[in-house]
Amino acid sequence: MGSRVGTALFPVTVVTLAIILLWYVGAASLNLAWEKSVAGRAGTTPSFISMVQNTMHQERPVLPAPHQVVSEIIDTTFKKKITSKRSLVYHAGITLSSSMLGFAMGTLLGILLAVAIVYNEALNKSLLPWIIASQTIPILAIAPMIIVVLNAVGVQGLLPKAFISMYLSFFPVAVGMVKGLNSPDSSYLDLMRTYNASSLQTFFKLRLPTSLPYLFTSMKIAVAISLVGAIVAELPTGAVAGLGARLLAGSYYGQTVQIWSALVVASILAATLVVLIGWLGDWVNRRMGLVRG
Amino acid sequence: MSRPQSLTGKPVFPYRVMERILLTGAGGLAVGSLLLQGQILSGLGMALVSLLAFRVLTRSRLMAALLVGGVSTVVAWSLISQVDQPEMVSAGFWCQVVAAWLLAWACVEQLSSIHTLSSLYRSILGVIIPVLFGVWLLILWELLTRGLDVPQVLLPSPSQIGERLMNSTSILWADFKQTFLKAVLIGYAVGCGAGFVVAVLIDRSPFLQRGLLPIGNLVSALPIVGVAPIMVMWFGFDWPSKAAVVIIMTFFPMLVNTVAGLAAAQPMQHDLMKTYAASYWQSLFKLRIPEALPFLFNALKINSTLAMIGAIVAEFFGTPTVGMGFRISTEVGRMNVDMVWAEIAVAALAGSMFYGLIALLERMFTFWHPSVRS
Repeated sequence: MGSRVGTALFPVTVVTLAIILLWYVGAASLNLAWEKSVAGRAGTTPSFISMVQNTMHQERPVLPAPHQVVSEIIDTTFKKKITSKRSLVYHAGITLSSSMLGFAMGTLLGILLAVAIVYNEALNKSLLPWIIASQTIPILAIAPMIIVVLNAVGVQGLLPKAFISMYLSFFPVAVGMVKGLNSPDSSYLDLMRTYNASSLQTFFKLRLPTSLPYLFTSMKIAVAISLVGAIVAELPTGAVAGLGARLLAGSYYGQTVQIWSALVVASILAATLVVLIGWLGDWVNRRMGLVRG
Repeated sequence: MSRPQSLTGKPVFPYRVMERILLTGAGGLAVGSLLLQGQILSGLGMALVSLLAFRVLTRSRLMAALLVGGVSTVVAWSLISQVDQPEMVSAGFWCQVVAAWLLAWACVEQLSSIHTLSSLYRSILGVIIPVLFGVWLLILWELLTRGLDVPQVLLPSPSQIGERLMNSTSILWADFKQTFLKAVLIGYAVGCGAGFVVAVLIDRSPFLQRGLLPIGNLVSALPIVGVAPIMVMWFGFDWPSKAAVVIIMTFFPMLVNTVAGLAAAQPMQHDLMKTYAASYWQSLFKLRIPEALPFLFNALKINSTLAMIGAIVAEFFGTPTVGMGFRISTEVGRMNVDMVWAEIAVAALAGSMFYGLIALLERMFTFWHPSVRS
């Protein structure tokens, strides 16, 4: 494992550097038009080099340069109070809390549905096709609906957004768990029968443990899309706080640096969550003796 | 006394529970019809028929399913026809609703416990069972919204949505054209095509593979939908900005899956191609791309739903006055919730058809794969 990480590290670093370089080139070329028009209006003809230098520090660039985004992130995370409305930590916290609540509910719902489906043939045949069909409905089509409906019955704030995260995240968990709960070898199931195990015992001592690796794989997918769900759910509600609200406000006022910094923070958040779930899964697998070392 | 269990060890639905469902359903019908005056005779008759079905239950499952299903359909039909009369909506009414649902469930249980060797019957059953389930969800939705007088702003009944669907086909078609036919399809084709081409290009460089794949995997997990406002700024309000969002969203899953698929061929097969003196391109087109097809179709299926989401989300950041995302956000503001649901129905239908079409193509092209053959 260690050697594989070692061989991947160098290429990944090179590719990442190449992407950052491309980003700088893109920022310079996309922002150059604005510099040219400024120079044209001022009647000056600055050198090409100085125009390119200026493209790195525009207030509303078409594509902000990486260092602008980084300094904006540092500015809004470390130099503002966490409770301040201008702090990205505050906005990320709001999005994170609703996506975590949705993720927890979605995981629970997915597991329950999977258990019901595995233990009831009729549900397997009638419900499973609809679960798959439910994912072809673009969730965004329902997001404003859910929020309006829940608002009308007096549910506001965290819960409506969490429902949308739940809707997105239950699906991979349900599908993965159905597969996982059906994964024990038939010889193990026979063994359980020779022990005269009840179906509850078979479930807790055989089916559930064998399904755990599948569960964690599904949860890695689910946690990433539950964050997408929470961000997206903030758009149609006209929310004033959260990463989605930052994106929306940024797009209204043309604050590109703000949009990009919200995007980067959302990406870091998603990557961190996926890595955390991955570690949790590795730890559980090791404890169960499925992976050596 | 042993529990019924199938050979694979999967628990079979116990008949005792089945009988209980049927008996409760029939009993509920009888009680409901006693409470609902004027319905006594028909309700009791139906309860009797359900019990009769219980007698034939062990002999012919199909017969029992047909009987029970027929009874529940008749009950549901009579319930829907009387739901608007306030004096009829009483405890007896809800008793019958629950009873009819239980009977319908008993019917589904019966149908799904039929084991037939004929693949034709199996595929017919595979369609009928989920459709029955869906129809019953609609019936319950209709009965609940109308029986409980749920305001239309909260949740319109399926019949209201259907009516709106029929009355505003021209608007819906215009939105469908703008969002699906332009943004989704073009973005999907370009995004998937670009992902495939780039994957084939980097296929010859192990260095790029090792460097790009982890990043591609990471990017697929990131909230890329967030680039929507940027794309709207760059490409304007009309459909190209939405297509751009779709391209970015579909590119990375396709890239990652194609690279994984191109590595799927066995060393033995590579050796065979080498003994044939096959060139790189020959072995690419004759061995590795066919071997990669299951991976490609996996990405195509994932992308079909991603593309819809991307296009509709992008419309929340600015759009001309047409498009599904635009319609949804404005009609919610005007409290025309039935229009929103009509739009959702169109989106769901289009999404399912799109997904179904790709699944069908997958069956055609990967007929040799074990997951399709079994």
